[in-house]
Amino acid sequence: MQVTSSVRPPLVTGGKTAHDVTNDICKQIEGKPTKLWFFALTISLLLLSFGVYTLAITWWEGIGVWGLNKTVGWAWDITNFVWWVGIGHAGTLISAILLLFRQKWRTSINRAAEAMTIFAVLCAGSFILMHMGRTWLAHWALPLPNTYGSLWVNFNSPLVWDVFAISTYLSVSLVFWYIGLIPDLATIRERATKPIPRAIYGALSFGWVGSAKHWSRYETVSLILAGLSTPLVLSVHTIVSFDFATSVIPGWHTTIFPPYFVAGAIFSGFAMVLTLMLVTRATFNLQDYITLEHIDSMNKVIMLTGSIVGIAYITEFFIAWYSGVEYEQYAFINRAFGPYSWAYWTMMTCNVISPQLFWFSKIRRNIAATFIISIIVNIGMWFERFVIIVTSLHRDYIPSSWAMFYPTLYDVGDYIFSFGFFFTCFFLFAKFLPVINMAEVKAIIKSSSENVAQKVKH
Amino acid sequence: MEITKNKTYWKGLEELSNDTEFVKNASNEFPEYLPINQNNNGESEDYLTHRRDFLKMVGFGVAAVSLAACETPVKKAIPYLNKPEDIDPSIPNYYASTYAEAGDYASILVKTKDGRPIKIEGNKLSSLTEGTLGAKVQASILNLYDTTRLASPTRKGKEASWSEIDAEIVSRLKAMSAAGEGIRMVTNSILSPSVKQAIAEFKAAYPGSEQVCYDAISISGLLDANNSNFGIRAVPHYDFSKAEAVVTLDADFLGTWIAPEMYSRQFSKTRKLGKDKKTMSRLFAFESILSTTGASADHRTAIKPSQLGGAAIALYNEIAKGTGNATLSGGADVKLIKEAAQDMLAARGKSIVVCGSNDQRIQLLINQINQMLGNYGTTIDLTRASYFRQGNDQSVKQLVADLKSGAVKGLIFYNCNPAYDSAFASEFSSAVSKLKLSVSISDRTDETAGLCEFVCPDHHYLESWSDAEPVKGFLSLGQPTISPIFKTRQALESLLKWSGSTADADDYIKSVWQKNYFTQQSAYLTFTEFWNATLHDGVFTYSTQESPAFTAVDLNSAASGIAASYKSSNQLEYRLYEKIAIGDGRYANNPWLQEMPDPISKACWDNYAAISKSTALGLGLKDGDMVNVSVSGKEALELPVLVQPGQPTGVVAIALGYGRTAAGKCGNQIGKNAYPLLRVEADGVVVNYGVVAELKASGNNRALAQTQTHHTIMGRAIVQESTLKEYKQDPKAGRFYPKVATYEGAKKPVEISLWDEYQRKNHNWGMVIDLNSCTGCGACTIACQVENNVPVVGRQEVINRREMHWIRIDRYYSSDANENDLKGLEEASENPEVVFQPLMCQHCNHAPCETVCPVLATTHSSEGLNQMTYNRCIGTRYCANNCPYKVRRFNWFKYHNNVQFADVNTAMNNDLGKMVLNPDVTVRSRGVMEKCTFCVQRIQEGKLTAKKEKRRPVDGEINTACASSCPSEAIVFGDLNDPKSKVAQLLSMEYYEDGSKAAKEDRAYHVLEEINVQPNVYYLTKIRNKKA
Repeated sequence: MQVTSSVRPPLVTGGKTAHDVTNDICKQIEGKPTKLWFFALTISLLLLSFGVYTLAITWWEGIGVWGLNKTVGWAWDITNFVWWVGIGHAGTLISAILLLFRQKWRTSINRAAEAMTIFAVLCAGSFILMHMGRTWLAHWALPLPNTYGSLWVNFNSPLVWDVFAISTYLSVSLVFWYIGLIPDLATIRERATKPIPRAIYGALSFGWVGSAKHWSRYETVSLILAGLSTPLVLSVHTIVSFDFATSVIPGWHTTIFPPYFVAGAIFSGFAMVLTLMLVTRATFNLQDYITLEHIDSMNKVIMLTGSIVGIAYITEFFIAWYSGVEYEQYAFINRAFGPYSWAYWTMMTCNVISPQLFWFSKIRRNIAATFIISIIVNIGMWFERFVIIVTSLHRDYIPSSWAMFYPTLYDVGDYIFSFGFFFTCFFLFAKFLPVINMAEVKAIIKSSSENVAQKVKH
Repeated sequence: MEITKNKTYWKGLEELSNDTEFVKNASNEFPEYLPINQNNNGESEDYLTHRRDFLKMVGFGVAAVSLAACETPVKKAIPYLNKPEDIDPSIPNYYASTYAEAGDYASILVKTKDGRPIKIEGNKLSSLTEGTLGAKVQASILNLYDTTRLASPTRKGKEASWSEIDAEIVSRLKAMSAAGEGIRMVTNSILSPSVKQAIAEFKAAYPGSEQVCYDAISISGLLDANNSNFGIRAVPHYDFSKAEAVVTLDADFLGTWIAPEMYSRQFSKTRKLGKDKKTMSRLFAFESILSTTGASADHRTAIKPSQLGGAAIALYNEIAKGTGNATLSGGADVKLIKEAAQDMLAARGKSIVVCGSNDQRIQLLINQINQMLGNYGTTIDLTRASYFRQGNDQSVKQLVADLKSGAVKGLIFYNCNPAYDSAFASEFSSAVSKLKLSVSISDRTDETAGLCEFVCPDHHYLESWSDAEPVKGFLSLGQPTISPIFKTRQALESLLKWSGSTADADDYIKSVWQKNYFTQQSAYLTFTEFWNATLHDGVFTYSTQESPAFTAVDLNSAASGIAASYKSSNQLEYRLYEKIAIGDGRYANNPWLQEMPDPISKACWDNYAAISKSTALGLGLKDGDMVNVSVSGKEALELPVLVQPGQPTGVVAIALGYGRTAAGKCGNQIGKNAYPLLRVEADGVVVNYGVVAELKASGNNRALAQTQTHHTIMGRAIVQESTLKEYKQDPKAGRFYPKVATYEGAKKPVEISLWDEYQRKNHNWGMVIDLNSCTGCGACTIACQVENNVPVVGRQEVINRREMHWIRIDRYYSSDANENDLKGLEEASENPEVVFQPLMCQHCNHAPCETVCPVLATTHSSEGLNQMTYNRCIGTRYCANNCPYKVRRFNWFKYHNNVQFADVNTAMNNDLGKMVLNPDVTVRSRGVMEKCTFCVQRIQEGKLTAKKEKRRPVDGEINTACASSCPSEAIVFGDLNDPKSKVAQLLSMEYYEDGSKAAKEDRAYHVLEEINVQPNVYYLTKIRNKKA
């Protein structure tokens, strides 16, 4: 058995045994929902209903209800899309790359992070559908056989690459998440006392009995999927960045975009995981599983990716100057000092300055500070996309077409729709599925819990 | 080999033995009885509905109901029983006709399809207009399909029959005439000789009746001055094409003054440059608003309206000095007057001075200037008197006095609306109700017609027979192109009827022509031949012999009068002007015109108080602030402020033609009515300027609907320009040649490409736009809108920056700032140089929009067209984002059959309006992208016609709507692969053996050459003829 060095802080505290793990996690599922949960779900459903209302109007009237115009053809729609896709990245990174790198601290957070990935990608997908002028023909973006002769999709178009990237990402993430759920679902099935939950969880657990063969296959599949997901972490946001990088618009046409977008995605994704986990940890009393160590590690990732993003911002400016391209130079000067400079400086403050606070261990390990910064980072990352999309478009080549974008109620409402959808899904998930991967946490109790550390010390 | 059946199988022994029971049932399907028709008791109940029947019925019923629901309702599509010979549903017919409304004139070709006019083109057979026609004429076709038009005559607002109304009118006319009570027929300028004769007959039939003619925008002073000098009360025929030096004093002759399209064509001829022509005219403008003429001028001075008199005297004195004549006293010190005069003196006999003032004294000065310069007989021709404007301010004043005194008891308003568009609107409004007879011939219940007892709606001109003599010796015939839509009657016929004649318009015009014009020609022996030929051509000319002599008048009294009236002051002044689109407000209910951006301010759907930046700063005002413009003795007008570069300081410019109250749903309450600010001087002269008592912010705010909100070019080489002097030294002057740095050194952008070159072996459609000729008039925008079913989106959507025009004219002001001062470059100069740049889809050969569309909805044709497949578009808008020219337009809403747009997009929201739609062009649905197609339907039609005739298309045969409508021929379209085409000639196209070609014309460039999208639209540099 591998024993972790005593220098390393324990990943599970409170002297938890395998039984405690099962009890602690299953308690939420088996017990009656708390008032707090009902309250949270109600808020989410209210947001969702408002969002459904504005979305219905959007679809009924046309996207003219948004604030877009002939110059700024994308604004909140694609900002939200990229933002949500970016958020999703943390889940995949945690479950795939950290698995391959054998980072054991991932076990406490990977389940929720993966769930978040799926919901976030669904939200992102909803904006792809929403932003289309004729949503009902969305399937034309798929390379489907058809009766129009040799009519195919345009494989040159980054939007088609997007379709592939996002759909692959969603399916791999969904399978990965579900495979990981199977042993835990079986545990819940075994503990279920009532026939209906037992039947449901029984069906969901696909006849898992925990035999050595099952575990062997489980681990093999996990590794394969981790191997599949790892390139996705890099490729999905790279492709999303191609939407901009392959265009001719100054401020979009930038080769730095792929790494910069991936870093930004992980940056915002980790921030969102933290936001969610800190809330879940407090409401479900999971302090022993999601310890300060976890928070500390994640904050370090945020600090690193935040710094990459910061360097990217500065590099963009440098390259704009160095390129000598008048239009690109103007695009960047306009970002910083033009009519949308407030958005630019919001982005700079939130994304470049705030993560630097994590150099201080005290701030990294301070729950309140972490929570606040995690939200600030996501605000900043939303503005990053807004700045890239809107400030580049609103003043591009021909000054006669320069225009401003002003959001409308429906821009806001449709964004709220995605929040309502996301949190409704997340709260339902938190109630009916194990938020922490019991099986994998149990696997590290032996090597990395406080008990082990104690034993090794003595 | 034949297979013989040699085996037999039996169903059983019964068959073999031919058992009787078996034989009996052998022919039945089931040998035993099946209890299908039995109920539970075993009884047969044939009369009941049974399970199978029930299922059959249900099945049939469901199928029938769903089929019925699926079926598309057939809407009145009735085939011809006998197809008329000249009507083929897909082939348009063209008829020559005439547009002559309120003195505005164009010789036109009407395109009809399925028996309905859908487009108006210029008639190139007219040697007068040379096929030019402005935005108003283009748009006037929509007036035909305006639901606001009266469907029948009315009496006291109620529908009435023609016979009843005619009887009543005639009896009253007779009674009034017998009683010696005055009857006046109020008209705008009438170009039709037949109508003039009918009016004469009317006057003869009813002694005591007179015609009173006024123009909403009066040039009475100019007419009177010509009367004094030449004895002819008319506008002379100007020929700008012969002028080397032109000076305009507040006359916007390229935009709104008298016959702007005609003048634009003439003027543009002096602005073309090429290998063989390196000369240009020079235009000096002195004006109190920034007009399109001032924008096209080589030198421009902004003057206050009160300086105009001084400027005219100053110019007079300079010319007088130069020609050895006596000078006059007075004269203001106006910048550039000396320089302008030098030019004039250097181009004696080849210059023109025009003035927009309605002051006869100033016009006398101008006439004398032209006389001193020897321009009469060369550039200015009075043997060809033009009748575009005939209004007489004094007679209107007299009429108002007669109305007050009660001398006039009957008014007939012949296609005019003086209760709205005259300086005496309120006097007319209050007088009409007291009259014994009030008749309006207006096509709608407008401001004047609403006051009249009888409204006898006229046909639309496309429903009428008509003629016109806009310039002496130039005649024009008009024919109906659709049978009358409503129970209206042509005004000419109404007049004839009331005069006691029963002739219809057709016969009457024929008789007038037979008498007056048939004798003027010798080409045709019979009148029928003459008539048919003229009707076919639309125009007829004959030569006139009169040449009126110039009689000098004493100008000293005029000069002292001017000096007394025009005193420089620091008071804030206002100046009323007309916009190209809305003009006098006659067509205010035409949404195409309402949405057409003003060439200069780029604002539409509103009028506003245009003030200079320094005036705005001084008063603490900014764009969109509402101000009350108070003028003593008049009701204050609340208008939004528009800060207008080039506007003289201390002058508020306000457009006329807005604030209609009875134009129709679309045009009512758009902007504010500025006509009440027209001043009438003691001698009856209507003056379009005055002193503002106070300009005060009202505290309100109103967003201006502008299609362009950034006004400077930011030092970018999008418009490349130079001066004539530099151009003569180097034809490449002003050109910008971008280079891209590579490891192999600097390269031309064209040399670096990701894509393989496409061969466009057959045609390669292209366009050349001469920035030197474009005056920004906007005729192309409207022509495109009509041709391509471009929707109107309304004021709010323009504010939202979503107008749908496929071709826009970018207007840039110069800036004083240093090229590195980006903030400073955003500010226009106080008196900027102006450039216009028409921009439509550039049909890039390496189109950025094409690569990004996920569904291949936008693709490239083998003829160089960037094509948009509406049906395939899913509306991601990626193409529009990636378009560097921002020329793609998205259907944000459903613009047709949508109550939200019913009042503004009338051409797509009611059955009548829809008749104007071009059936060759799809009406785009919500959620799809659209853009300029280079009028692909016209290209296709031209190619097919040529193919049918087994020949290649001839250059000029296929033309886009914008190019064919451009008054100054700034837009030229054609096949770049055809070395003989005009585009190839303009570009000095060279063709190489490998199938490639290159434009060798030094002035030709692509906008944004540096991104190497290789457009098929070329621009020719703007060259200003500046004085060194």
